[in-house]
Amino acid sequence: MISVENLTKCYGPRLALDRVSFQIERGEAIGLLGLNGAGKTTMLKILTSLILPSAGRATVDGLDVVKNARGVRARLGYLPDTPPIYGEMTVRSYLLFAAQLRGLVGREALERVEQVEEMTAIRDVRDERASHLSHGYRQRVGIAQAIVHRPSVVILDEPTSGLDPAQTVEMRGLIRSLRSEHTVLFSSHLLPEVSHVCDRVLILHRGALLGSPKMSELAAVLGMHTVLVRVRGEPKGLVELLSKLEGVHEVSVEQFNQGQTELRLMLAPDVRPQVARALIAQGYDLLRLDRPELDLETVFLRVTGHKSQGTRDANGSADRPA
Amino acid sequence: MRMVALIVRRELGAYFRSPLGFIILSTVLLLDGLLFNAYALGAAERRSSSVLMLFFYFSSGTTLVASIVISMRLLAEERQTGSAALILSAPVSEAEIVIGKFLSAWIFLAIITIATLYMPFLIFVNGSVTPGQICAGYLGLLVLGAAAVAIGTLGSVLAPNQIVATLLSAGMIGLTVILWWIAHVTSPPLATASAYADLYMKHFPPFMTGVLSTANVLYYVSVAYLFLQISIRVLEARRWR
Repeated sequence: MISVENLTKCYGPRLALDRVSFQIERGEAIGLLGLNGAGKTTMLKILTSLILPSAGRATVDGLDVVKNARGVRARLGYLPDTPPIYGEMTVRSYLLFAAQLRGLVGREALERVEQVEEMTAIRDVRDERASHLSHGYRQRVGIAQAIVHRPSVVILDEPTSGLDPAQTVEMRGLIRSLRSEHTVLFSSHLLPEVSHVCDRVLILHRGALLGSPKMSELAAVLGMHTVLVRVRGEPKGLVELLSKLEGVHEVSVEQFNQGQTELRLMLAPDVRPQVARALIAQGYDLLRLDRPELDLETVFLRVTGHKSQGTRDANGSADRPA
Repeated sequence: MRMVALIVRRELGAYFRSPLGFIILSTVLLLDGLLFNAYALGAAERRSSSVLMLFFYFSSGTTLVASIVISMRLLAEERQTGSAALILSAPVSEAEIVIGKFLSAWIFLAIITIATLYMPFLIFVNGSVTPGQICAGYLGLLVLGAAAVAIGTLGSVLAPNQIVATLLSAGMIGLTVILWWIAHVTSPPLATASAYADLYMKHFPPFMTGVLSTANVLYYVSVAYLFLQISIRVLEARRWR
């Protein structure tokens, strides 16, 4: 569905994308993951034919984004980081305009607008001016305009940005629902957002593609299980005790505060029961033992072969990547 | 063509859905009315045709200013608010976008211009002017407006926001108007070229007196065409950023 070969983009002397290649199959939901400035928006803008690459090739449904921009745009729905909304229009008239702009006419356009209003749960605000909508509703309207013409590919740039927790959960559900009809590509700098919705992630870092693992393979990419442990007691002796356990590969002290020590362990295989037993046997009060959500920083550092940034070793000295 | 009509309809609606459209409309009508009353009618006795000529003289000034204000929002506002992504990512060509935006601004300007018709009508009823002079004058205002709106469209395509768009358009229109002065202080061939390219003094006065010249109409249409072509190319080139 989407094919990218050695895609490169330069802004003057700055290299925004560096020979990126990947394939996305029909019906996949793909997360484009990267820190701010990684090149995510540039990649999405090239795929939507808003800007042209400096080198390389990208096709959508077999159509070249440079040579057949109009054909590519007809197959795409795009929600940029700021929803492209005309504030003075009502939601209904705006969606109708977006539908007509993508080639729908007459009754078909109206019926499709009603469908997407239902799908994105914006029916109750359809007669309101877009400028009066909350941020959450604006994002929903943004998604509605992106899917109103039944595109084969939906591209969303940071769709959960700025949403409150409840709106974020709703937005995840909405994006998940798109997977049945569309190939979805969306960018985020938050791994939990991507992991809840996607089949696979494309990890961009400083313009280069670091990898494209499936979500189920991500733990394997990391190679280990990260576990957070909090006990009552001082760090001294704890690190030594845990480091001796079979399956514990790395122990770092996250923090020591009010008589409690928090440690981050890297386990392979998952030996959490052994860790718990060892701590309790030594008389420590075990306050926490769980796996944190995968965080983007850990992914990057693992994929690039660095240790976790900002963790501290047993002596409390900084352990920063080179 | 369908896309152009769609964009025209949306843009034209935007003028009437926002206060800006009504502010421009009422300000231009107020200024035209005041100028007509104070200077065209005035205290001194004048022939009806002179009064009408003065009316078109003042109206051409307000038309130029209105063109700048009307066109400033065309693309600069969209870039400012982020809504440009909707039309730029839709299967619509840059030419359709630019022509649609231009036509909407020009039609809005034409509505304002036509709303001033009651003033020449008063002269026509109470004085002695020919319908030909009125028609020629209005045609002049419309083609002058088309050229100015096209220049304003380029300003709006180039600028990152509406303020810069206004300044750019005002600068470009100001420059084309003072070409007449440049023609007077320079020697040929620069003087000849400047005199011909001048947006106002060479080409508009014949319309005020009721003289309809194809050359002058063609001049304004050519200016509009040239600036629209440049706008389209600039918009296309933005993909290469």
